[in-house]
Amino acid sequence: MAKHHITATVNGDDVEFLCETEETLLDVLRDTLHLTGSKEGCGSGDCGACSVTLDGRLVCSCLVLGCEIGGRRIETIESMAKGDTLHPLQQKFLEHAALQCGICTPGFLVASKALLERKAAPTETEVRYWLAGNLCRCTGYDKIVSAVLDAAAEMRKG
Amino acid sequence: MSAMIAEHDLSGYVGTRTIRPDGVDKVTGRARFGADFNLPGQLIGRVLRSPHPHARIISIDTSQAEALPGVKAVVTRDDFGDQPSEFIPAGEMMMNYRDVVRNVMAREKALYEGHPVAAVAATSAAIARRALKLIEVQYEVLPHVIDVVEAMRPEAPLLHEDLYTAGVEPKPDKASNIAKRVEITLGDIDAGFKKADVIVEREFKTQPVHQGYIEPHAALASVSEDGSAELWCTTQGHFIVRAHCARLLGMDIARLRVTASEIGGGFGGKTVVYLEPLALALSRKAKRPVKMVMTREEVFKSSGPTSGAVVQVKLGATKDGRFTAAFAELKYQAGAFQGSPVQPGVMCAYAPYDIENVKVIGYDVVSNRPKVAAYRAPGAPISEFAVESVVDELAKKLNIDPIDLRMQNAAHEGTKAAYGPKFGPIGMEETLNAIKKTEHWNAPLRKWQGRGVASGFWFNIGGETCASLTVNEDGTVSLMAGTPDIGGLRASLAMVAADELGIPYDKVRPIIGDTGSLGFTFLTGGSRSAFSGSMAVVEAAKQIKTELCARAAKLWDTKPDQVEFEAGHVRHKDDAAAKFKPMSIADFAKMAGKTGGPIGGYGRINAQGAGPSLGTHLVDLEVDPETGRVTILRYTAAQDAGRAIHPSYVEGQYQGGAAQGIGWALNEEYVYGADGKLQNAGFLDYRMPVASDLPMIDTIVVEVPNPRHPYGVRGVGETPIVPPLAAVANAMESATGIRFTELPMSPPKVLKALKERGLNKV
Repeated sequence: MAKHHITATVNGDDVEFLCETEETLLDVLRDTLHLTGSKEGCGSGDCGACSVTLDGRLVCSCLVLGCEIGGRRIETIESMAKGDTLHPLQQKFLEHAALQCGICTPGFLVASKALLERKAAPTETEVRYWLAGNLCRCTGYDKIVSAVLDAAAEMRKG
Repeated sequence: MSAMIAEHDLSGYVGTRTIRPDGVDKVTGRARFGADFNLPGQLIGRVLRSPHPHARIISIDTSQAEALPGVKAVVTRDDFGDQPSEFIPAGEMMMNYRDVVRNVMAREKALYEGHPVAAVAATSAAIARRALKLIEVQYEVLPHVIDVVEAMRPEAPLLHEDLYTAGVEPKPDKASNIAKRVEITLGDIDAGFKKADVIVEREFKTQPVHQGYIEPHAALASVSEDGSAELWCTTQGHFIVRAHCARLLGMDIARLRVTASEIGGGFGGKTVVYLEPLALALSRKAKRPVKMVMTREEVFKSSGPTSGAVVQVKLGATKDGRFTAAFAELKYQAGAFQGSPVQPGVMCAYAPYDIENVKVIGYDVVSNRPKVAAYRAPGAPISEFAVESVVDELAKKLNIDPIDLRMQNAAHEGTKAAYGPKFGPIGMEETLNAIKKTEHWNAPLRKWQGRGVASGFWFNIGGETCASLTVNEDGTVSLMAGTPDIGGLRASLAMVAADELGIPYDKVRPIIGDTGSLGFTFLTGGSRSAFSGSMAVVEAAKQIKTELCARAAKLWDTKPDQVEFEAGHVRHKDDAAAKFKPMSIADFAKMAGKTGGPIGGYGRINAQGAGPSLGTHLVDLEVDPETGRVTILRYTAAQDAGRAIHPSYVEGQYQGGAAQGIGWALNEEYVYGADGKLQNAGFLDYRMPVASDLPMIDTIVVEVPNPRHPYGVRGVGETPIVPPLAAVANAMESATGIRFTELPMSPPKVLKALKERGLNKV
């Protein structure tokens, strides 16, 4: 079968690509667009390492097909820092040592940003349940949750 | 960032919370992990795996696959020469390459579901997958055995016809699945048990659990026409990967350059090779780069979990609480090939205690499961779970506080361990004291809530280690280490280098060198990388300081003993020589060419004196009597770090180990069907703790300095997974009155136990 011709917006840039029907958005991001910040930990939507936003909604990019994103807007970890300035979440992850190996970090950051866009002052429990779809095997989540709460507080200060 | 650095004063960076130098790359998605490397013209490699847990391979026909357009190479057992059965040192590990070559690619038999049988490289993943379907393998399916006790029976299906139990006299005349019997003895346990007023004897059972790193195994190999090769892979030890691959492929070690990618978790599971030799063999055949990445299902079915086990424990004490004798028998599953961590399990079982009479026996047993790999303090969590559960039961029987009972019997400096050595300073008593002093220990509990405490021991290791420091033209320093950085190593080593050389932390730029850049460096494991890496950095810095002093002496026309290195400068010792302005490293860097050439140091050491790290954990939990679900309410982990180089990453080790231990205790297990096939090879069904399963994990960093390390450092990475299993089980007993002896204490098991006792009503 012929490949699909797709145009979409990724991290604010117009992109155009061809993809097979069975290729996932994650495949397209990593293999076609060379945006390897989104990681594949499971390919089944269980680990959240491939988290991106699709028209502002948090999704596992391994559960979206590349041919579904025509005309839509994707944001990945690669667009989180603005110029030399890290997003407060990125900065707090560094300060709190909220990463050890770092493979899950892009997914956690994208998911946390989506949370704080919806809820400026989440409770610890709300952070924990929002991030329950992101697996981390190194940290025990303690410093990740602290970093998100701290970033939220800082962002509220403006 | 500035707030963090402000903590630093003249006393140095060690002990402060710096920002890790590799951090920005990791929060921006820039860091390159195993699957993030690509080369022009690369092929995609895929593995055909056995669908049977045990089968003789009659024939493999690859001709149709090879004929498929886009397929560039196919490899099978025929592409790997056989290896003799002998144990060869690979760093501090002993490898039997006869087994390694068979685990990488099945030869006579497939020994577990997921055992590689063939591999293909094609121009796309889709073609590679199609090619796998065209490979015809004729199997003779054999009876299989999964359970460790069943595998030990004389009538059990035999995995290896030539495996005779080692360590028993006389040598057996029949092959069996018991690869090895080990034993350690101290004193006389029969006499010890006679002195006991109370004896507790129990049998425990644990299930295999997977390390659960989020990054699947990945490798990219490129072999050139002259036989030299490059390999990029995610590994805990690229020098070990080089050693294994060179051996399996018959290459000169110098011709294989291995670069470790950023590693997305390992916990012991990335200390062996799986895809790497296959990618090299395919690339050698195809003469093109070959990239291979495992799926999560492959990770579960074909890479090493740790052992499941059956453990018997018998512990005796006087009525005033002194342990008189301790016995244990450990049966550990090794998976399809020998080499379970039963030996360290045996050695660690009673190591936290000072007991006169100890005997521990262990069996290493093969069965039709994936070959186990190291998992964080390999073997110790299993045996210490059993022992720490019995210590808790003994405390109840004697009506002694469980911390006091541990304190009364704690190993300390001078204690002769049953496994051999006499301990130097160790922190068992200090961690017990630290936990006892917490508010947590005395906080009130409600109905269905319970509190448990348990301790844990791990040896830690040193070993062969290289690190280099190069002073650049502008006075900045490049640091190169040979152990992959799995969780803050570069930060720790840069801090030590900055303190040694008296320069700002951000002027040291650390990288992990490839195998061509440094001498053989053993892997990141045994909680050794910060311990021995920092020792190698200290050695490299010493060389630089000596060299700079010699250069200054020449410049100032004085004797080398008249100059000294202090706080980043070489100074003249003689006050009268005030005319000589102290020279900084940057000053020397500027004139390096005129004073003797490039400046650098190269630490090449075999690090000795790794001090054991002991920990004590405290947990509160609540049991839901209607569902059997257990919720962790509160957790405190205390552990001896010797000296914490970077406290945040030390705490992170405690927290992460606790979380893995909680998963092991409550939910994680390999579930096999009667057909010998794994039924839960995915993260949905293999249930690791998520953020909503856990509370904050409080940490107490105890520091009993290790006298054999220049900064007092002990390895900290592994001990944290040892105490949680028993701490949780002891808390379960406290909440329900039921002594759970089988892991995991998952809801169905807990509910059944509650029902049996009529307790399942709110």
